[in-house]
Amino acid sequence: MTAKRYPLMLCRHCDAKAVINMRQHKLALCGPHYVDWVHKQTARFIDEYGMFAPEDRVLVAVSGGKDSLALWDILLALGYPADGLYIGLGIGWGIGHNPDDDTGESEGQGYSDTSYGYIQDFVQARGGDQTLHVVDVAEEFGATIPAAARVTNRGREKPCSLCGLTKRHIMNRVARDGGYDVLATGHNLDDEAAVLLGNTLQWSVDYLARQGPVMPPSHPGLARKVKPLFRFYEREMAAYAIVRGIDYIYEECPFATGATTARYKDMLNNLELSSPGIKLQFYLRFLKAKKVNNLFENAHRTLDLLTCPTCGQPTTNPGECTFCRTWDRVRDRLAPSRT
Amino acid sequence: MPQPADNPSAVTLTYRRETFTARPGMTVRKAVEQIGLNPESVLAVRDGQLITDEVVLESGDRVKLVATISGG
Ligand code: SF4
Ligand SMILES: [Zn+2]
Ligand SMILES: [Zn+2]
Repeated sequence: MTAKRYPLMLCRHCDAKAVINMRQHKLALCGPHYVDWVHKQTARFIDEYGMFAPEDRVLVAVSGGKDSLALWDILLALGYPADGLYIGLGIGWGIGHNPDDDTGESEGQGYSDTSYGYIQDFVQARGGDQTLHVVDVAEEFGATIPAAARVTNRGREKPCSLCGLTKRHIMNRVARDGGYDVLATGHNLDDEAAVLLGNTLQWSVDYLARQGPVMPPSHPGLARKVKPLFRFYEREMAAYAIVRGIDYIYEECPFATGATTARYKDMLNNLELSSPGIKLQFYLRFLKAKKVNNLFENAHRTLDLLTCPTCGQPTTNPGECTFCRTWDRVRDRLAPSRT
Repeated sequence: MPQPADNPSAVTLTYRRETFTARPGMTVRKAVEQIGLNPESVLAVRDGQLITDEVVLESGDRVKLVATISGG
């Protein structure tokens, strides 16, 4: 038996060996042409979807993962003077990762610190003159995310809702206080398609009405949010990071295990295997149906947004917002009881 | 050249913390499928270089499979 020889896949532009083959685009490219393609595509999406202008000040939310670091790298390569924002959540490796740790935190050596290390390496590799805003949740608000979640949630529930609430608050605040025109996140097509699948399975019309690559602020306390990578497959962003030599945190947040999002992504990739491009079509046709056919137009609830007297961010009820009330409660419960 | 399946110069593939072997002469795609992974959800890296699915693996190759899906 002799192995069947397959012709080597070559780059469409230069006949060098291809490093990636994107079936949904019927496009195979070598390393340098791939990097060039990603840059040009991103510039096109930013322009086509009216995300921001060349003179705008952009704040990139970086987590240490491949997507957000790739986004920062791409924006810098395109000449945007983009700054970074890292939020230290104080998350350890989780129970079982470190045998000496039975709380699941291992502060000082866990998931969050490793993530931060990759971001510092990224900045250093680029000469170190990018501005990186760092907000450490424990330092600023009095407890790490896991510690705060333990005193607010019943039992040992996942800290994700508190984590999301806190991250949103900090991103809006830093963007607003720093005078940024726009906050950019590294969401890719797989992220967006998985959320769309979830929203569709639930027919969550108000989420469907809001989902999209550009979110204009609905309140002066909020930042304009954009997702410049929303048309790239997650696989393409991992490939970009590898080709560009960007080291990123490969491990997941220990609280992400078994997340529904990952299951939906798997399902979509199974479909993608037999129907290349179906993931992209699913999402792009959703956007088109909203734009052209006014799908979900009536679902836009115009909530009367009030302003939180403490932080200035929006709230639907009079008085303090959920963020401020939650963290007040955390500090109350964690404060040493007075005698 | 014919290669028995248990040849010591088989191809080594690593994924997360696991190691698998494959028969030389097989494509990356076939090897990935044989492990039970979705070729859409991984990237293959050989000698620090990304390689496409169609690449035929040769004896002694060490391939790192990078998971591309995150669940955050
Ligand atoms: S998985 Fe949950 S806890 Fe971990 S970073 Fe994401 S939202 Fe926060
Ligand atoms: Zn080329
Ligand atoms: Zn508030």
